[in-house]
Formats: sequence, C-alpha cells, structure tokens
Amino acid sequence: MSSGTLYDKVWNFHQVKELPGGSTQLFIGLHLIHEVTSPQAFSALNEKNLGVKFPNLTVATVDHIVPTSNQQRPFSDPLAEEMLVTLENNCKIHGIKFHGIGSDSQGIVHVMAPELGLTQPGMTVACGDSHTSTHGAFGAIAFGIGTSQVRDVLASQSLAMNKLKVRRIWVDGALQKGVYAKDLILHIIRQLGVKGGVGFAYEFAGPAIEKLSMEGRMTICNMAIEGGARCGYINPDETTFRYIQGKENAPKGQEWDKAVSWWKSLASDSKATFDDEIQLDGSSIEPTITWGITPGQGISIKETIPNPELLPKNEQQIAKDACKYMNLKPDEPIEGKSIDVCFIGSCTNGRLSDLQEASKIVKGHSVATGIRAFVVPGSQKVAKEAKEKGIDKIFLKAGFEWREPGCSMCLAMNPDKLEGSQISASSSNRNFKGRQGSANGRTLLMSPAMVAAAAINGKVTDVRNFLQH
Amino acid sequence: MKQEFPKGEIKSIQGLSFTIRGDDIDTDRIIPARFLKCVSFSALGEQVFADDRKELNGNHPFDLDHNKGANILIVNDNFGCGSSREHAPQALMRWGIRLIIGESFAEIFFGNCLALGIPCLTASKEKIVKLQNLVEKNKHQIWNFNLKSLSISNQKETFKLNLGEGTYNMLYSGKWDATSQLLDEEEKINKTFNNLPYLNNFKLDI
Ligand code: SF4
Repeated sequence: MSSGTLYDKVWNFHQVKELPGGSTQLFIGLHLIHEVTSPQAFSALNEKNLGVKFPNLTVATVDHIVPTSNQQRPFSDPLAEEMLVTLENNCKIHGIKFHGIGSDSQGIVHVMAPELGLTQPGMTVACGDSHTSTHGAFGAIAFGIGTSQVRDVLASQSLAMNKLKVRRIWVDGALQKGVYAKDLILHIIRQLGVKGGVGFAYEFAGPAIEKLSMEGRMTICNMAIEGGARCGYINPDETTFRYIQGKENAPKGQEWDKAVSWWKSLASDSKATFDDEIQLDGSSIEPTITWGITPGQGISIKETIPNPELLPKNEQQIAKDACKYMNLKPDEPIEGKSIDVCFIGSCTNGRLSDLQEASKIVKGHSVATGIRAFVVPGSQKVAKEAKEKGIDKIFLKAGFEWREPGCSMCLAMNPDKLEGSQISASSSNRNFKGRQGSANGRTLLMSPAMVAAAAINGKVTDVRNFLQH
Repeated sequence: MKQEFPKGEIKSIQGLSFTIRGDDIDTDRIIPARFLKCVSFSALGEQVFADDRKELNGNHPFDLDHNKGANILIVNDNFGCGSSREHAPQALMRWGIRLIIGESFAEIFFGNCLALGIPCLTASKEKIVKLQNLVEKNKHQIWNFNLKSLSISNQKETFKLNLGEGTYNMLYSGKWDATSQLLDEEEKINKTFNNLPYLNNFKLDI
C-alpha cells in the first residue's frame, strides 16, 4: 500500500468517513459541470427534493455541444440549444457560477478552470467527464465521474470512492527538439497499455516531467485516463506556483505565502512508498503517433505499422481490427501517409503554447491543396491571447480556418465532423472508431506541431524536418 | 395515476403484476441506445422496451391495457445484462415498475435498480415459472410483497424469495441510495470542509 505520496496526503485531508459498504466518503473541493452530463443530475436532485449543498464549490461552463463557426443564439441545433438553456437555468436556480457563451472565460472545462486559477494543488476535483484527470497537473486528485455521481456531489459535495493504488512513472532525461508532452504521454500509454492503469493513480515524476510547462503537464495528465488510470498527477513545484500566481481565483496577499507552504508540504515525500514504479528514458522518445483505434496503438514516426501476428497474443485481435478499419497494411511506414483533415484543439492540446508551437511550423507555409485544416482554441482566453500574439493571422494566412472555442472535432457533438472514411491528423485524445463524427472516419493522434506539419505536406510528416534551421 | 418514486424505507410493495419472459434480456432491449441523448430521464418511461413493443404492435406486456398501473415485474434469468447504463432501470421505474422478481439479475443492473429503490429479488426457476403462470392466469389479482418475510403472496399462495443481507438492511433502513448514505451525517461533511486549508483562507493550524 502506498504511503507518503501526494495522493495519500490529499486523500487523507478529504476523507469524510467510511461508508457501510466499505468505501470512503470523499469530500470534493472543486466540482466542474458542463451541459452534457449535468442535466439529468439536476433533475434527479429535484425529484429527491434536494438542493446543492455548496453552490460555491461548483463551477459551470459550456463546451461539448457549442458550434465553433457561429455561436449566435439560439444555436441552429435545437437539442444543443436545449442543453445549454437547461444548464443556464439550473445554474440560475441553484446559484452556480456559469461561464457561458459570450463570457470571456468560457471554454473547454479542463482549459478554463486552470486558466481562472480554480484548479490548485491539494484539491479534489471532480467533473462528469473522463478527462478531468487533466487537473492533476497541479498536484490535485482529479477524476471523471458519471451522472449519478454528479448528482451526489451536487447534493453532498462528496462521493463514495475506493482508494486507488499509486504507480510512479519516472521519466529521466529531457525531451528532444520536436518532441512534446503529447509524444511522451502517447509513448507511455504505448508502453503500459490502455488498461495498464486500471485501479491506479499515476504519479508522473522525474527530470523530463519537471522540465515541462504547466500546459505540457496538463497534456500528460489529461491522457492518464487513456492509459486506464482514472487520475494522474504531478507534484506541485515552482512551475506550478508561477502559473497560478495572479490568476483570478488564486490566493492573494498573505494567503499566497501560506498557500505555497501548504502546497509544498503535499508533494510526495522522498521516502514515499508506491505500489508500483516504472522508469523511462525521455531523451530517447521520438515524435509519436497513433496508427490504430486505441490510444495505446502508437508508434514513432520512423516506425512501420506493426504486423499483428508478431504482437503479444492479447494485442493481436485489436491490431487486426485496427489495420482493417484504418485501411493500413502491416510493415507499411506511417510517415508519408496521406491525410484529409487537420484538427488542432481539444482539452489535450488546445492551449496557447500548443497553438504557438504549431504556428511556428506553419509560419511561411501553406496548407496543402485538398486538405481541410482548422484550429479551435480551447477557450476564449486562449483565443484572445493567441490573437494578441498574431497567431490567428499566421494560421489564417496559411489557409487554416480559425474557429471559436469548444470541444469541436474531439468528439464531434457539434457540427464539426469527419465525412465518410476521411482520415484526420488530430491533436485530440481519442482515436476510437467513429469518434470524430463519421461511423468510418479515421483518426491519427499526434502533437499539434505534428498536425501542423501534416497540414502543410498533406501527409504524415516528421515535424523535425521543419525545425532543422 | 402517477406513482411516487421510491423513497425511504421499503418494507412492502403492493400491486398488479405482469411478466416479461425470456433469459438474457439486455439493457439495449430495455432501452435502445438511440434514446440516450437526452437532457432528462423523464421521457424514458414511454420508451421502455421501445423496439420490442414496436414489433408486437400494441400487444407487448408494457402496452396491454390490463397491465396499466401494474408495478411488479416477473422476469427470468440474467435480466438486465449488457451495458452499465443507468437509463435501463430509470426507464422501468418511470414506466411504473417498483419491484422485479426473477431467476437472476446482471450485477450492475441489480445495483443500479437498488440505487433507485427498486428491489430485485430472486427465486428458483421452478418457483419463478409457477409464479409467472399464476400471474398470467389472473391479471387482476393484487400481489403483496413483504420485505420482512421475504415473500410475495396473493392471499392464497405465498412464494419465498431471496435477497442478500446487505441489500435487505439497506431497504429496511431506507439507506438504499448513494445520496442518502452520503447525506447521512452531514456534520461530518461540514467538519471536513472546515478542516481544508484551501477552503479556510489557508489557515494551517486547523
Ligand atoms: S475536448 Fe474532447 S476530451 Fe476534452 S472535454 Fe471536450 S470532448 Fe472531452
């Protein structure tokens, strides 16, 4: 059993009591809600005649269903409009702060909360969305929950939980030029498998992790869930504090110093015990890209599509399915594979530094003919800052579309969808069959800079070719 | 007449009963996937078994006139298998079902039903088939379920039923849903709140 880890310390602070069934009642410090998984939770509350226990600890935004080309109300999709109106009303009735359409802080829930300084070390964060693990980048315990749990948090600000085991993933060295946080996490999931983290919280640590910016750290923790770990976290350090300081909801004045000293005390002890430990060399990782239908089916840009027959027994069937679905042949190189659509955005890679890195690749080039390429900033703040830096102009000049913030083609609940068997180079987090809105659409996951390179060449490209000079 | 949703202690249930026969009836049949995109569960009652009902054109047990207002469902083996979706018990509850008796239930379905206050009890295949035959023979008889004696009867005949001790206690005490368990000792929630530095101006001596 783990002890002395950040996970243990934060867990202990939030334990309310043991429940009759043997699980723990855990207090939730920050509850984030959005339009897709909250409406049924609110109706369940009404039916039980319950209120929201701590309305101040729940914060709402709208992201999944918002159109990104025209955000005029009412939305053209009546169901999308209905979901938004329902959320607006629920927030009004229960006194919950809502960062809605037209607000300068609206955005993808996992982009906007850190930007506002809502996410802080030592918190428990829950949201009805599996990528809630993102907030672990701050040294919080953050995890996705289902609709009935959203109801429970609204009613009691707590959840029935079982404690996870803790696995430390130690990454030595430093990432090479052209290799980003996205490549690192795709590499980790490739190594440990998509189910490897089931029952675990992942602690990401080591020199390569410490060198990452907060945005890079968020990319890592965001995808912990794709490796099966319901939550992933990184110990808070100076990088964390610098990011939070001055943000709207950050502690101020005297409180700031007290906060920092508490936060520092939460980091895993040097003598902490983990249930499992794994060590990787960050400097040997190359740009990584998925070729199949699970985020674990990743290869480096220089590798070829694996031959399913040569894989471990339990990976063979899914690899065969993937080859068939993706229309890729074993031993075929991934580099040079033609693509149709390029998507830069999502809660994995829709932040300012993601757009900035991608724009460096794009600058002075044009999108290849026949390619549909678009950028969807993760939030209004990202969009605003990107515009101030002229990043939107770089993309527009190169032939990209520049959209309004939202989840967009990450899951295609809005009008942004692949068509037919189109294949996309995407900076998002899931390459499941049909994920991007077409039943036979195909997705290659990669870093935003790699997506930019693919857009320019019209095919999968090693981004390092653009970085040589 | 609309029945109230279950709440509090569930010690007895009384009402008309009907059967859905067949093993391995999965949650996709109970509520087809296309009904999942919705802002509330409230419409689900009308959509319960939608595809099966369409096929039978008004002759499905959930459509038959004499079953209107019934609240006890008798099923066979492995009822509610398939996905973990909460929509399936929701749909049954909203149609009016308050008690399900069968040979066996899928584990997640059983848990989801309990969380809504719908007890699922089991009995042997022989007993279930006998019960189903009786229920179908006289559609207007009132059945009485009693938790304490773990039985259902129509005055003439009584059937013993099985239920795990933990579930029994939860129904008996009224603490069957997660929310009320969590709200059971609210002062402990408040105490945790008061001890969290970040919710108390980072006072560290608390
Ligand atoms: S961007 Fe994608 S993964 Fe992230 S919250 Fe939106 S839909 Fe979910």
